[in-house]
Amino acid sequence: MSSGIEAQVLQPYKYGFVTDIESETVPPGLNEDVIRLISQKKGEPEWMLEWRLRAYRNWLKMPEPHWANVQYGPIDYQAISYYAAPKRRPKLDSLDQVDPKLLETFEKLGIPIDERKRLAGVAVDAVFDSVSVATTFREELKKHGVIFCAISEAIREYPDLVQEYLGSVVPYNDNFFAALNSGVFTDGSFVYVPKGVRCPLELSTYFRINAESTGQFERTLIIADEGSYVSYLEGCSAPVRDENQLHAAVVELVALDRATIKYSTIQNWYPGDEEGRGGIFNFVTKRGACRGRGSKISWTQVETGSAITWKYPGCILQGDDSIGEFYSVAVTNHRQQADTGTKMIHMGKNTRSTIVSKGISAGRGQNTYRGLVKILKGAEHARNYSQCDSMLIGDKCGAHTFPYIDVRNSTATMEHEASTSKIGEDQIFYAKQRGLSAEDAVSMIVNGFCKEVFKELPMEFAVEAQRLLGISLEGSVG
Amino acid sequence: MTGKGKRETGKVLLEVRDLHATVEGREILKGVDLTVKTGEVHAIMGPNGSGKSTLAQVLAGHPAYAVTAGQVLYEGKDLLAMAPEERAREGVFLAFQYPVAIRGITNAYFLRAAVNAIRRHKGVEELGPVEFMDALEEKLKVIGWDSSYLTRPVNEGFSGGEKKRNEILQLAVLDPKLAILDETDSGLDIDAVKTVAQTVVKLRRPDNASVLITHYYRILTHIAPDVVHVLAGGRIVKSGGKDLALELEEKGYDWLREAATVA
Repeated sequence: MSSGIEAQVLQPYKYGFVTDIESETVPPGLNEDVIRLISQKKGEPEWMLEWRLRAYRNWLKMPEPHWANVQYGPIDYQAISYYAAPKRRPKLDSLDQVDPKLLETFEKLGIPIDERKRLAGVAVDAVFDSVSVATTFREELKKHGVIFCAISEAIREYPDLVQEYLGSVVPYNDNFFAALNSGVFTDGSFVYVPKGVRCPLELSTYFRINAESTGQFERTLIIADEGSYVSYLEGCSAPVRDENQLHAAVVELVALDRATIKYSTIQNWYPGDEEGRGGIFNFVTKRGACRGRGSKISWTQVETGSAITWKYPGCILQGDDSIGEFYSVAVTNHRQQADTGTKMIHMGKNTRSTIVSKGISAGRGQNTYRGLVKILKGAEHARNYSQCDSMLIGDKCGAHTFPYIDVRNSTATMEHEASTSKIGEDQIFYAKQRGLSAEDAVSMIVNGFCKEVFKELPMEFAVEAQRLLGISLEGSVG
Repeated sequence: MTGKGKRETGKVLLEVRDLHATVEGREILKGVDLTVKTGEVHAIMGPNGSGKSTLAQVLAGHPAYAVTAGQVLYEGKDLLAMAPEERAREGVFLAFQYPVAIRGITNAYFLRAAVNAIRRHKGVEELGPVEFMDALEEKLKVIGWDSSYLTRPVNEGFSGGEKKRNEILQLAVLDPKLAILDETDSGLDIDAVKTVAQTVVKLRRPDNASVLITHYYRILTHIAPDVVHVLAGGRIVKSGGKDLALELEEKGYDWLREAATVA
């Protein structure tokens, strides 16, 4: 029955090239001097350095968490280089000064940072290893009062905003990986959308790991002021390498009264080969605070890459009538492992949350949904709807679901649905009998399964996500 | 009622010779011979477990069945050497006894993918969504169905009868040369059987052929098959005209089974 389904053909990772560029990399190892060096390179004020050091000192006392349903060898934090930057540093406001090799790299990744080749309606911040190399459409955004820049720049240029909000959603001692990130983060994006402004462009950051033996620790902070709206998308990729590389990011979102933030991720870090060699360890803390009344934060993620994924984008629903959403597609093929889900913390009255999670496991992939829905005492009439669907391709993979529910207010309404299905030979045969190839059949079945999530993505990226899903699963059936 | 003389003029479309097939090591087909010419409608009847559905699945190329001996020629080519999707693109269609559901994919999308896979194979330009819908509306009119089926996911939440009708819709849209209907009339009410039968009749042309696998005489009253076969114990034990179906309706299969054992 499973003879055809089990055919394992390694699909070459299409973003696995290395850019040959002279870079400045600090030697591997982590101590306070390294943190001082990073802070100094970024030209940071004293308060920022103090914050980093506090985080680092906390991190030293924290144990690495191992409760997730993933297995990996020990990570040697002293073997990682915490800073790598292309040597030719452009001035960020002039694209002409960007190293052509970098422009070419992002071009190859399908991320044009040349404004003349702009993606329709999308402004891009391109982060290469530890630094932001270009941010497009800054002038156009500035007209609307929208700030979109590298976080290292924001720390220098908008210290009040950064000081007020940085660490206010994910404190520096929140968890092991967030503490590490708070100590050593190098770059990432900063967004501020002023009161009543609907951001006229999709904002997008593309993260690229290039240098060897480095970790990537980016930090993103998005603030949507009262009545504003912003849609933000991040994408990422890395070269093919035999070693594992660590990526520990933190994303913080703050939505004030009636503000809406839509945050979409297409995560395509190098997943390792079919034997599980190499690949990115992706340990990420993402959290949004719906601080204002009637505010809304919506997370959509399509996770196809990384050897290990550990991330739980969540919403703290503080404001009354605030809304949190989480739409997720996670794919694990070959030896990939994902432990991902969300946390919805209901504090305000009439708060609502929706969780739609689609896990797809193929090859020897292991896919875990882990989610927490917590209704606190004061959250009168809170509502949650959760749907967790798993799909299995072949018989050597696994799907796991750990939904945690903690309700402390009896007026809450909770709904939870779950399903597990298997792409069977019969389903594929049915499509083949109508003339479709096995690959097209799988792609169709999987895309149908993920439809509820894909429809949440901005149009251009939904197409990209569908394509990516097809590539990730290529060779998983014969 | 023997096909209004079409049988004499038709070309051989399908030729099955001494076909043996196993599933999980068990031999189900034990030497099937069957010749179908263009313009013909054949009915295959027979008791439960006689191998009717196995024959259909083997002709369509289901991987769970292994052909251990024999030959199948389709338009003179070795059908068994072709991949299932290749057979489909060459014009072999199987209306499944148990159609599977595909969540999140509308019938229209699925059908267009199928139509375009076949068109690509033929080297004909693929149809865009709008052109396809126009062509589909035409097709629906011809078979007298409304378009509500098109926007629903493939077989998802369909009743047994709806699934069967959906197979017939696909048959009408894909317009194959050889249609094999595996108990499409089972589980349908009288009106639905009639609709299915009428569709098969409407699609009947001098250059195509149908093989109907059925348990019931009822559908044959609407279709008038050219040849009726009885499959029992993995072999075709008797063939005849439409009257044979009537005879079976009255006498059952036991008398044939005995005959087969003796033979």
